[in-house]
Amino acid sequence: MNPSFNRRDTLKSLAALGAAAASPLAFAQKPLTVGVIYVGPRDDYGYNQAQAQAAAELKKMPGIKVVEEENVPETAAVQKSMTGMIAQDGASLVIPTSFGYFDPHMLAVAAKFPDARFAHCGGMWTEGKHPKNTASYFGYIDECQYLNGVVAGHMTKSNKIGFIAAKPIPQVLRNINAFTMGARSVKPGITTSVIFTGDWSMPVKEAEATNSLADQGVDVFTMHVDGPKVIVETAAKRGKMVCGYHASQAKLAPQAYLTGAEWNWLTAYTTFVEAARSGKPHPNFIRGGLKEGYVKMSAYGPTVTDAAKKQADGVKAQMVAGRFDIFKGPLKDNKGATIIPAGKVFKQTDLELEKMNYLVEGVIGSV
Amino acid sequence: MRNSLANFLLPAGAIIAALGVFGVFVWFAGASPLEVWLLLFKGAFGDWYSWQNTLQRAAPLMLTALCVAIPARAGLTVIGGEGAVVLGGLACAGLAQGLPLPANMVGTVMVCLAAALAGALWIALAGWLRQYRGINETISSLLLAYIAIGLFKHLVEGPLRDPSSLNKPSTFSLAEGLRIGGIAGSDVHWGLVIGVLACLAAGLWVHMTPSGFAVRVVGGNPRAAQLVGLPASKLILLACALGGACAGVAGAIEVAAVHTNANAALIAGYGYAGILVAFIARQHPVAIVPVAILFGGFGAAGSLLQRRLGLPDASVLVLQGIAFVLILASEALRDVDWKGFFARIGRLGPSGAPSAALPEQP
Repeated sequence: MNPSFNRRDTLKSLAALGAAAASPLAFAQKPLTVGVIYVGPRDDYGYNQAQAQAAAELKKMPGIKVVEEENVPETAAVQKSMTGMIAQDGASLVIPTSFGYFDPHMLAVAAKFPDARFAHCGGMWTEGKHPKNTASYFGYIDECQYLNGVVAGHMTKSNKIGFIAAKPIPQVLRNINAFTMGARSVKPGITTSVIFTGDWSMPVKEAEATNSLADQGVDVFTMHVDGPKVIVETAAKRGKMVCGYHASQAKLAPQAYLTGAEWNWLTAYTTFVEAARSGKPHPNFIRGGLKEGYVKMSAYGPTVTDAAKKQADGVKAQMVAGRFDIFKGPLKDNKGATIIPAGKVFKQTDLELEKMNYLVEGVIGSV
Repeated sequence: MRNSLANFLLPAGAIIAALGVFGVFVWFAGASPLEVWLLLFKGAFGDWYSWQNTLQRAAPLMLTALCVAIPARAGLTVIGGEGAVVLGGLACAGLAQGLPLPANMVGTVMVCLAAALAGALWIALAGWLRQYRGINETISSLLLAYIAIGLFKHLVEGPLRDPSSLNKPSTFSLAEGLRIGGIAGSDVHWGLVIGVLACLAAGLWVHMTPSGFAVRVVGGNPRAAQLVGLPASKLILLACALGGACAGVAGAIEVAAVHTNANAALIAGYGYAGILVAFIARQHPVAIVPVAILFGGFGAAGSLLQRRLGLPDASVLVLQGIAFVLILASEALRDVDWKGFFARIGRLGPSGAPSAALPEQP
């Protein structure tokens, strides 16, 4: 290893990079290369598939080239993938989609390539703390989980519904709470049993959890894990109903599938792409719910009753109109303590909700 | 000389054969084999960027492979290096969190030593269970790895958690001064140098020192070792502890050079990948270095292959699988008597002269 050779070579490649990264911004006609990185397989019927679907739509747009990489762990490997997309493929917009890619990986690479743009899913981009060429996007999918809950509330016969979750972190707790409140808005006696599997992709534990809840009489399931496939199939095999998550799993169990909370990442992707193409500043922090088109519901399954559809559609219309708040007082947690006092309302954009650390009344389980 | 030629030719031939088989494989999948071969080379070793990519991926594997190779020389099959990696990372982050360390090289050495100690104790525990409780070390080290991961998650998501790490539970970040940076401004961190040095040191120890020789004797025949008065149990524990220390340091380097804190992303399977590296290197510490680089190269090349040809991630795993099966299978050719083989071929040849000579013998 000759240091002078290394330095010269690095400088050369950096100069080439600078030129490659700057040019698409300057000339809108030049094709824009977008790099998308997934933490799991693209066809997982879940988190990664939802992102890959948007990337596939992006590919169809004229003047856009998409390079993808799947199964990239949240280690130095993702830094290498991002660097490779910029250095080897000429990407000027990189979308690392897994939560763990944000800090330190995306921030480390973004500092090395100030001319490239980075858009991360789920992170908390903060003004002054994070560089301007980075961004985060996310959706208020708890709205969809609330609607899942409304449908589940109508369809359950045992009044016991189940939620299989990865980890007790704010994003997950918010979904569990929204799902429970949706169901209890139909029948206040409904309880949600929660099982945390401990990690994002634990197919064996997910199947065990589904079976164990089914044994306890739970008849409608939903989940927050990376790939809901196993849960959907296991629940269907047990003759139970499911509400999907991340992407549509209707194909896996057409009869058992009621509806589902889906991401619509194309909205976020196009926002970043438009800004990059026109040379406008990078939109650093974008969020949205049903109204903004960041999330959507799966089509209703054949068994969903008209009463369920009617109520869910009604709530959805209010959400789209911006007149529905999920987290508002009075709200108690499942230990009886008041979490939100009467009269207090949290809007979806409220950052307080991104720090959620409780389970609401009606949830059986603990954080 | 002949032996070292075989040492080089057999794995090299196996890799070339694997690339050939993989070429056929991708050809059936509709990609051009030539383009795939070019991309594989370009992605792994094509330019300085690719080299950085390859070397950075190889760095942790060298240390985790030692966790398999060193105990193997003492006759143990330890496959629980993952446990030592995560506990090493935890010890590194935990010490930095618990004590006010000097934010410089001294502090970095201290967190690495803490990690080495944690890893050493964990793998030595598997060795102790074997020597004094008769528990198979392969099973116990694997199960201990599960316990270590459980312990890691409990502490990272509980007592050691940085309350501001909301959706990605992590410990507090290491102070800037404690972190391990890149070598001469490159992306390759000093963990690579530590890994190479550890492999060389382990090679020297095993092959050049009396205690290393004693370990090999124990690994070859423990009963004979005890008969000549070697402290077999102590040597086995020593080998386990040294191996565990290497894996522990790998965890510390991941924390100090890559993640800056301990979090679940540390459980990335480096410990398990190390098993493969060690076996391909035939448990030879020095051979681990090129094998780990080859392994890193596969990772780097796979990344480019995915991006350029849209091949699934599994395709490189297929290549890796073919390559390693062929490398292991090629060992069967090592003891072939080539002179005799070619002579036999000659006999079967059209000339027929040697066989004609046979009847004259009686």
